[in-house]
Amino acid sequence: MQNWRRNKFAFSVLFLPPAAWLVIFFTLPLAIVWVYSFGARGPLGEIILDWSAVSLGNYARSLEWINLEIVAKSIWIAVVATAICIGLGFPLAMGIAFASPRYRNILLLLVILPFWTNLLIRTYAWIAVLRERGHVNFALEWLHDTINGGLAVLGLPALLGAFEPLQLLYNQNAVIIGIVYVNLPFMVLPLYATLEKLDRSYLEASLDLGAGQWRTLFSVTVPLSLPGISTGVLLTFILALGSFLTPDLLGGPDSIMIGNLIAQQFGSARDWPFGAALSFLLMYATFIILWVKAMVAKREGGSAF
Amino acid sequence: MTEKPGIISIRNVSRRFGTVTAVHTVSLEIGEGEFFALLGPSGCGKTTLLRMLAGFESPTEGEIVIAGIPMLGVDPNRRPVNMVFQSYAVFPHMTVEQNVGYGLRVTGVARAEAAERVKEALSLVKLGGFEGRMPSQLSGGQRQRVALARALVKRPKVLLLDEPLSALDAKLREAMQIELVRLQKTVGITFVIVTHDQDEALSMANRIAVMEAGRVRQVAAPADLYEFPNSRFVAGFIGKLNLFEGRVAGVQDGKLALDIKGLDRIAVPFDGHASGEIAIAIRPEKLRLDRQPSAADRIGVRGRVSEVAYYGNESHVYLKTDDGTSVTANVPNSARSTRPTIVVGDELWASWDAADTLVLTE
Ligand SMILES: Nc1ncnc2c1ncn2[C@@H]1O[C@H](COP(=O)(O)OP(=O)(O)O)[C@@H](O)[C@H]1O
Ligand SMILES: [Mg+2]
Repeated sequence: MQNWRRNKFAFSVLFLPPAAWLVIFFTLPLAIVWVYSFGARGPLGEIILDWSAVSLGNYARSLEWINLEIVAKSIWIAVVATAICIGLGFPLAMGIAFASPRYRNILLLLVILPFWTNLLIRTYAWIAVLRERGHVNFALEWLHDTINGGLAVLGLPALLGAFEPLQLLYNQNAVIIGIVYVNLPFMVLPLYATLEKLDRSYLEASLDLGAGQWRTLFSVTVPLSLPGISTGVLLTFILALGSFLTPDLLGGPDSIMIGNLIAQQFGSARDWPFGAALSFLLMYATFIILWVKAMVAKREGGSAF
Repeated sequence: MTEKPGIISIRNVSRRFGTVTAVHTVSLEIGEGEFFALLGPSGCGKTTLLRMLAGFESPTEGEIVIAGIPMLGVDPNRRPVNMVFQSYAVFPHMTVEQNVGYGLRVTGVARAEAAERVKEALSLVKLGGFEGRMPSQLSGGQRQRVALARALVKRPKVLLLDEPLSALDAKLREAMQIELVRLQKTVGITFVIVTHDQDEALSMANRIAVMEAGRVRQVAAPADLYEFPNSRFVAGFIGKLNLFEGRVAGVQDGKLALDIKGLDRIAVPFDGHASGEIAIAIRPEKLRLDRQPSAADRIGVRGRVSEVAYYGNESHVYLKTDDGTSVTANVPNSARSTRPTIVVGDELWASWDAADTLVLTE
């Protein structure tokens, strides 16, 4: 590595293109957005930058009650989705890590498989599953009709009445289902990585000392996979907090999230400065979470991830 | 020990992994209060056998009975045995005290009693005062003591130890050998130890089972194993050998007449059955070196010194006989005056007492 760096020519040939790419398409636009966040919206939606009076107005506005409510809702949705991701992801990761090596890679592939399809398409697929005339309601209707039909054969009255489809789409639950679905791999993969490395003799020692399987799970397996758990929780929480597409397509009036609020500012509201300020606040929050995690990891002597 | 069933009865136990037979129809009786060693080269199935006692593997065939109870279908957490793992497996997220108390906490032992027993176990392994330490703050030897205390605090009928000394450095290993023997005497329970190190097994155990490729080749007390091995494998695995191939010429009044390549016809005491091709062996320390032909009542062979290795307490003298057979003699340097006077090229007679000859029919 050191020698390789000393070869200035090779280094610059290999290093410059990606660096330039990052600066032009990532750092610069980000800087522009940062500058915008101190501007103001003109009457026609134009951006007014007045350097004689740098304004923190956009940041102040994000602390207004209505916006804080959206932030709180986003955090709540992200927390619930993350919790469900642990609940589903831990057993899943354990199943994969403790499976025989022959099946392990196939199971891992199944976890990653959804990434091969575009998120938009996958989200639309959920609409097809959850909508009023979607697969879940079809299945329920079939069950309902079968029971009613069975009762009719027995000469009993149709106890269940007419089938009422469930309203599964365009509400907060649909958003949570969608976010859990999208982020589950980000929980499973770090958990798997930790569990796979976990020395089995710790678990055997626990059993040997008289603990049952459940006791071993909670007293040994879970504490020893805390690094994986915290990485998974962090990843899913950050990703969930910044969700945009999922609440946009699956959400309803009760489930607007920060991502939607920001998109609105850059879209229909034409208030780019306010949108920019919101974007940066979300980014700062993410950085703080990552920094806290890194500090904790450092104090415990491990690496950040 | 053989008339009444021991604390552990292993009856015709086999364990197969796919096409590999890790343990092959093993039968053993291990008595109460024994320090029993399973000895064999790496991969011979020692760990698998131990894990079947602990309940982490189940026999493909056969039966294991511990303390009179058949262990078929009994989970590891319900067996009256505890194990010290090769890696120690001391829980890294618990203090020494929590580690040792774990097995009591999970089985609902009352808090006061548990505290008392933990304290007792820690002082037994000389770790009093380390209660609050985390495993990361302990040396390898101390971690092993935690693992020992954690198992002993459960008051098992049998303690299982998988290669307990292999991760320690040579000095510590010897101290720990003595320590383990002391511990076993103190607590009085059966220890079953797995090792690939013959010195470890010989110096610690009352009885040793030597394993080869999944089978038990011989079970005997250390001295019997060394002086009366029943096969070339056991003789060669435990200690060094000078091996001579030959044929049985006849048997008469408790003596076996043998024609050995490179030696004259010899007669050795023997009370078994032997015929055809056979091997005899003699331990290097049982050889005596002389500058003249050896006495008539001893078996002797002439050779030329090809190498001398000086070890301080003894010297190993390597001879080549006329027909090219190598013979090694260990000569104790028992007085200052016996400083090695043997040099390469000397012609010497190596001889031994016929009664010290190992007759290896297998
Ligand atoms: N879980 C397992 N799966 C497949 N083969 C195994 C397993 N455990 C042990 N073996 C095989 O069984 C044989 C004996 O292993 P082991 O009991 O660990 O030997 P030792 O402890 O004497 O070195 C080896 O060939 C090993 O590869
Ligand atoms: Mg082993």
